Amino acid sequence: MTLNHDDWGKVARMMSKRSLWMVHFCTGCGAMEMPPVMTSRYDMERFGMHAMATPRQADVFLVTGYLAVKTLKRVVQVYEQMRDPKYVIGFGSCTINGGMYWDSYNTIKDLSKYIPVDVYIAGCMPRPEAIIDSFLKLMDMIDKGEAIGWKKYHKYYDQYKKNQRMAYAYRLDEVEDIKEDDAK
Amino acid sequence: MVDFFALGEQILVMAFLVTLGYAIGMFFNGFARKITARIHNRVGPPIYQGYIDVFKLFGKKTNISHGWIFDLAALFSIAGITLVFLFLPVAGFSMLSTDGDLFLILYLLAIPALGFALGAGASGNPNAAVGIMRALMTMLAYELPLVMVIVAMMVHYNTTSLAGIVAAQSNMHWAIFLPVFLIGAIVADMALQGMLMEKPFDIPIAPHEIATGPMVEFGGKHLGALMLYKMMGIVVETTLFVDLFLGGGVILSVAQYGWLAYVVNFLVWFGLITFVFFLALLINAVFPRFRIEQALKFYWKYDALVALLILIWIFVEVST
Repeated sequence: MTLNHDDWGKVARMMSKRSLWMVHFCTGCGAMEMPPVMTSRYDMERFGMHAMATPRQADVFLVTGYLAVKTLKRVVQVYEQMRDPKYVIGFGSCTINGGMYWDSYNTIKDLSKYIPVDVYIAGCMPRPEAIIDSFLKLMDMIDKGEAIGWKKYHKYYDQYKKNQRMAYAYRLDEVEDIKEDDAK
Repeated sequence: MVDFFALGEQILVMAFLVTLGYAIGMFFNGFARKITARIHNRVGPPIYQGYIDVFKLFGKKTNISHGWIFDLAALFSIAGITLVFLFLPVAGFSMLSTDGDLFLILYLLAIPALGFALGAGASGNPNAAVGIMRALMTMLAYELPLVMVIVAMMVHYNTTSLAGIVAAQSNMHWAIFLPVFLIGAIVADMALQGMLMEKPFDIPIAPHEIATGPMVEFGGKHLGALMLYKMMGIVVETTLFVDLFLGGGVILSVAQYGWLAYVVNFLVWFGLITFVFFLALLINAVFPRFRIEQALKFYWKYDALVALLILIWIFVEVST
């Protein structure tokens, strides 16, 4: 599954990768690493990135740290308020496999079962260099037309919704992987 | 008999100037972010960032609407600010301006803000309502000193036409070289800070308190249109200041030098509006934000008082 490689789309992707506006959902300890990334030490505005106040205006959704089931509801709500094309960055081990909350009864383990994640940053905590690196990786993926999480969300909407409902009911062991069909 | 050739020529020139105005406005967006970044000891985005941002916003795939007023509000703002731009003398070249247009400009300047308010109201978000209340309060606050200074200028130059004021300042007789209007320019510059919604008067936007206020529900193409309005607003407001106090950037007379005068005057005008905006950015980069009642107190207690003294000074000067 790839984006149409028409020329207009190419120009649009070239522009949108240089102007990623970010909304960061800082529930976990990951919020601590964001100020150095935004301010004069690492300065993400070099790449045209900017922290926005509302999901309506944002392109990139940065989920930092662990997500309790209650928080997941808000994350899904924020994600659905964003306008396409939108990209998600999962930040820290907690979004990958639960991290240090791996056996907790009320945190989700794998974020990509609930909303499509384009880039993961491993680590606990990831350093600001790793965050900048993930932004560059995401920009590269947008340029090549590989960051298609928002298309996946439209395509496998019923599977994502089913998983979200299971999580809201605290039936976390019944959450399944998203089955992608390669036939497109 | 209407001279269609001259009319067509005028329309073409106006379309060119409006396009140029938007291009300069988009340039100012990147310029502002770059200058602010350099003051914060950062590298900052490239200077052409404004063009990229607008292009990206108009390229978003989905648009969430809150009814037709929400859709049309941004167009309303753009139309209003473009109309104001057409009534301003740009580098001494006036497009639509006639007698008494200074009143008209002051009246028209409220229209884009009204469109902004309509869109925010239609979105139904409480943050937007708070933001719009603050925006109208700030407008009320800064217009009092600004109008008093402008009335003083009208009395001094004995004309209500902005083109007349620009013409009276030709041959480098800029208003700012008179001591009374030097103070007037400082008063108007404070009002300009509020008009541009830069700190310490960015109370309506306030991203950290009310999530960008009126723009909270805007995204995608709607936000792109609003950004165009804001960018053009910067050009319009700085041009108004330059026309009033800095002779509109006219340094060569058109009658004497022909087309060369147009080119030089445009470059000087561009330099002057960039300089005025640069001063606003310097204030913006180092100040925190006022609360709404502090802004009101600043404008009505100090700014308006000085403006009143200027007005009295001018009336005494005229009557003696």
